[in-house]
Amino acid sequence: MEETTSLVQIKGIRDSLLASFIDASWDEQRLALLTQIDDRPAFFQGARLAMDVGTQALKVNDLVDLRDHLSERGISLWAVVSESPTTEHTSQLLGFATRISKPRPEENKQFVDISDETALFVNKTVRSGTRIEFPGNVVVIGDVNPGAEIVADGSVIIWGRVRGMIHAGARGDKSAFICALDLSATQLRIADEVSAALKPQKDPQPEVASINSEGRLQAETWKMA
Amino acid sequence: MTAQVITVTSGKGGVGKTTAVANLATTIAMDGKRVVCIDGDIGLRNLDVVMGLENRIVYDIVDVIEGRCKLRQAMIRDKHYPELYLIPAAQTRDKNAVSPSDMVRICKDLRPDADFIIIDSPAGIERGFRNAIAAADRVLVVTNPEVSAVRDADRVVGILEAEGKGNPALIINRLNSALVKNNDMLSAEDVLDLLGIQLIGIVPEDESVIIGSNRGAPVVTDPKSRAGMAFRNIGKRLQGEEVPFMDLDPQSGLWTAIQRLTGRK
Repeated sequence: MEETTSLVQIKGIRDSLLASFIDASWDEQRLALLTQIDDRPAFFQGARLAMDVGTQALKVNDLVDLRDHLSERGISLWAVVSESPTTEHTSQLLGFATRISKPRPEENKQFVDISDETALFVNKTVRSGTRIEFPGNVVVIGDVNPGAEIVADGSVIIWGRVRGMIHAGARGDKSAFICALDLSATQLRIADEVSAALKPQKDPQPEVASINSEGRLQAETWKMA
Repeated sequence: MTAQVITVTSGKGGVGKTTAVANLATTIAMDGKRVVCIDGDIGLRNLDVVMGLENRIVYDIVDVIEGRCKLRQAMIRDKHYPELYLIPAAQTRDKNAVSPSDMVRICKDLRPDADFIIIDSPAGIERGFRNAIAAADRVLVVTNPEVSAVRDADRVVGILEAEGKGNPALIINRLNSALVKNNDMLSAEDVLDLLGIQLIGIVPEDESVIIGSNRGAPVVTDPKSRAGMAFRNIGKRLQGEEVPFMDLDPQSGLWTAIQRLTGRK
């Protein structure tokens, strides 16, 4: 039987600490982390902590609980990196960063080719302060409010009103598109092309934004084929 | 008795959280319920001033948490309404003197002896806000009909959803129907349309609110004030009564629009 503290490895990354875990249950990993912190409270006091939780699927309650425990020890949790879409979604909801400046190498390999089937499905309104980043397509059933951001490597489809910022083809895919029932976004981006704010319309029509043959970003009304 | 814990929050500062807490607590106490208000704005306390209880403070919430006094000793009884109490914030400490679990514990101790516990949240979405919502059964989000206030309210609603704090209800404060008519202010419909949460009241702009706050006499005690009327109605709705929305401007048809919108999820 190994010591519990060896379940977690903590190392320094620039201005922050990064905790990564060996496969175990979340309860064990969580305990291991807190134990290691309690062993050296002075070292951890005031630290910014990022976690790499691997494939662990974490719910809002799990992360809120840990964040509160850490904050009582004077540690601020700022990033949660994970391969699990559930955890990634949770941390985005809670406003944690989900990538630490340098993307994980295996992530790059995994998503070089965006399969048409890779989509993140968000079944709610995306509110101010929420940033959804996904290495594939994103589908939102709900509105994207001002102050919210969606960054997708593929295309973005919004079944609702867009008044925030959308970036499709974030890694340079110029064939990506953005469509929405009402496209009055603060800003739209596809690959490197940026559009200015779109005026809210009196009678909104579904629209599709894409890069046209001249290489410009343009939005046009959706026509039924 | 098991009290309902209601937290009043907003994201942006200055939209009228403290005014709302003082007025809602007073009006519910006037209806004969026992109400305890907690000022969650450690370091920048002012609920005591608005309620006119500043000179009675001996102990505050941090004294309770750090064991220098009993919970009962920190509860200040209102001058006029014997069923209304205030637990003041500490002025000389900061938000880190309190943790979310402290708030949960205090509310747990208070629950058997009160009908309502109303917590005034500080502005922002940091530690003080987390403390204020930790024990909440229900959250009221206050906003003004201004783009910046609505955007912050939207952020707060998103956090509340993520934390599983149920469906927050919205108070639109300081609505000026003359400005709305000239398209110089967001209308209640615009605000509701964006936030998409349940509306619990619209408070019209009314200078008697400021006069009341400065005198330490919440505006609900003024039977002539329209803002006072709006707060009294919200108080009734919190107690589970169905109260129709005030007609803020008979010509605009706003009232029917609100009725339509409140049906929205």
